[in-house]
Amino acid sequence: MTAELVRGQNHPLPDTRLELRVSAGHPVVAGATLADERGHVPGAEWIVHPGAPVRPGVEVPGQAAAEHRIAVDLAALPETVHRLSLLLALPPGATGPARFGTAAAPFVSVADPAGAAVATYTITGLDRESAVVALELYRRQGAWKVRAVGQGYEGGLADLLADQGAPAAADLAATVLGAVVPPADLPAPSPLVPETSPADSATTTISYTHPSRRETPRAAAPGPAPVAAPGAVPPPSPGPPAEGAESRPAPVAGDAGGWTMDERLYNQVWGMFEDLARSVAAYRSARDFADHRLDRAIDQVLADPGARVGGAGDAARAAARATHEELMGRAQEVLDRDLAQLAAESEVVEPALPVAYARWDNPVWHAYRIPEEPPMAVRLGDLHLPERSGLRIPFLVRLPLERGLWIDSGPGRTSAAGLLDGAELRRLALDSAVAHTARLLAAHPAGALTVHVIDPAGGGAAAFAPLVETGVLAAPPARGAAGVTDVLAQLTERVDLLQMAVRGDAAEDLPPGFDTSRRLLVVHDFPHGFDDRAVTRLRYLADEGPSVGVHLLMVADRADAAAYGPVLDPLWRSLLRLTPVPDDHLADPWVGHAWTYEPPTVPPGSAVLWQVLGQVAEARRRDLS
Amino acid sequence: MTVNMTKGQAISLEKQGGGSLTQVRMGLGWQAAPRRGLFGSRTREIDLDASAVLFAEKQPVDVVFFRHLVSDDGSVRHTGDNLVGGVGQGGDDEAILVDLQRVPVHIDQIVFTVNSFTGQTFQEVQNAFCRLVDETNGQELARYTLDGGGQYTAQIMAKVHRAGSGWQMTALGSAANGRTFQDLMPAILPHL
Repeated sequence: MTAELVRGQNHPLPDTRLELRVSAGHPVVAGATLADERGHVPGAEWIVHPGAPVRPGVEVPGQAAAEHRIAVDLAALPETVHRLSLLLALPPGATGPARFGTAAAPFVSVADPAGAAVATYTITGLDRESAVVALELYRRQGAWKVRAVGQGYEGGLADLLADQGAPAAADLAATVLGAVVPPADLPAPSPLVPETSPADSATTTISYTHPSRRETPRAAAPGPAPVAAPGAVPPPSPGPPAEGAESRPAPVAGDAGGWTMDERLYNQVWGMFEDLARSVAAYRSARDFADHRLDRAIDQVLADPGARVGGAGDAARAAARATHEELMGRAQEVLDRDLAQLAAESEVVEPALPVAYARWDNPVWHAYRIPEEPPMAVRLGDLHLPERSGLRIPFLVRLPLERGLWIDSGPGRTSAAGLLDGAELRRLALDSAVAHTARLLAAHPAGALTVHVIDPAGGGAAAFAPLVETGVLAAPPARGAAGVTDVLAQLTERVDLLQMAVRGDAAEDLPPGFDTSRRLLVVHDFPHGFDDRAVTRLRYLADEGPSVGVHLLMVADRADAAAYGPVLDPLWRSLLRLTPVPDDHLADPWVGHAWTYEPPTVPPGSAVLWQVLGQVAEARRRDLS
Repeated sequence: MTVNMTKGQAISLEKQGGGSLTQVRMGLGWQAAPRRGLFGSRTREIDLDASAVLFAEKQPVDVVFFRHLVSDDGSVRHTGDNLVGGVGQGGDDEAILVDLQRVPVHIDQIVFTVNSFTGQTFQEVQNAFCRLVDETNGQELARYTLDGGGQYTAQIMAKVHRAGSGWQMTALGSAANGRTFQDLMPAILPHL
């Protein structure tokens, strides 16, 4: 059984004699560092590299290569070694890539003596880094385990070694890399490609390390570290602290059931959602009970005429308050324990999420590729509870969408909405509709989702610009009553045809060349430009569309359609209401707390939405041609 | 090592090597008693239901039963309704899992009950038992065999309650009548 590890995950090792295999698709230098129990690399002799390829228990190849096989005998390592880290670095000056982000993701595996892979790990998510800690093998209660690390270093090997506490790391790094190429022509490390995207530089500080590991504060200066700077002794690094008792294992991304990583992460997020709902339910139940008991105790004191005069009453009240405090203290302690655990889990899960589940500020968006198949779900925003508003649960909704979406641009009930004027709310609603649309497009393979926009008065032209100008739309936004009628007629006919085919189980009866991809209809300014017939068609689409892949995204203020009276109530009820500002209207399915929904926002100034839509449009053009 | 409990007996829920339990399972098993006479092989199906009631200072706070399978706080989980009982395999027909670490701080007692939903009395039930299992290693901690043969339709089986920093289980084994746990409330209260 091969374990497919994700960043931060660990796995037991069956044997002490192992082979570490590296497959990078381009030349890399492989090496190993040995660390003591404090996680420090005390000196140069603790580093196994091409210049010093053999140490007791480890042997590494002497050259940079695309494939490596590294023999490790953990039993032969000195007793003082508690951790062996496998590191990969790009050779300087070579013709190959200067950063991992431009090359194929390195793949590493751990094999037993028989050659069977025990654990594998693909190091994804690297960008400007030129050195990376791939795996670590570490002692845990007398046995050895492997952990997928995947921590990259922009500053290259020097930073990596400094982070592990090696003295004179820059010199050591130069020695290591110098051993690969002839020392005479050791060039300066090729300068890293300067990044111009503001969002990109803002996100490079995201740490992918295990949450129980403190990240060494590194110099914020971007760009290459001076590898050859002699005598530069980096500040001592704290190194990873010794992990606490295994009683509460550190959380790991993808720690849930499922056939694919996508499914595992989806299940994990929903598991976190349920756990948070239930932990808070336990806390609220304890709080209500404590409050109720306090009220009762005080009532009793008040009802006792004897206690009212003497000090007995005060004493009884004080005692009741003390028991109240005591119970609340314990409840709070348990809540804090649970929330800390979930926060730690969220910290590992959030960076590991694929694009469809990731926030817009997640660097994974910068490595966006058109998917081969749609994911299980998409993230429609974040959810949180007042007990810990910083703990955000991704709000994942299954694909294909079972209900239409409704971005409510009307004045909300919450203070956040109350502070904004109507025009501002409408603008925000349009922006979040565009962000949702972009995400849905990005989640689908090329040509698998076609978007139609109805904007009768053209009021959303500015907001729809990313969709229009990148060319992801099937046609320009429909204008005027005629445009509305046109698009709706086209889509209702489509639903009719598909339904007949589905009911009759006769997909071959569809007209030749009929494209069965999913549709998303974005409606702005409802009911402007809608006649009664168009309203009926819209309702029909909302009811019948989802089952045949025609989905609805409305940006509307219910009050605008008040003239229709209660006729439209079923339409609004059938849609999943989202808000352009935080609002607590969503209930979880287990306990029914009111969760504050927060819409997804693209970081200000970020070009990520345009970049992603540009790729989608390009794939769409290729698909059509 | 399992303890065969008698009515009213209490045992402390601790691991053998010290330390307190984290996850326990209250398992329930039963068989329909065969009928004598002609067509004796035809046994009628009996639907017993296990329920757990969570109390905070004698006030019911939450109930886990076949229509509400998980307590709101997630600490008590019912594995699902079994409508017919076992046919002698000796396993649990219905089980309720309790995560003792997650039981809310104000909950001090959890009472386990069994009702005959189909209305047969325990005279028609045989080999009924409830047992407490350490869910982390599958070890049976205590077993309490229900005396068969009573003219009643429900049993208040046992309770798990806080004692000091840990938990204790007390076998109650008191007969009552009722179709679901609601009917049993008056009968439960004296045992708290």
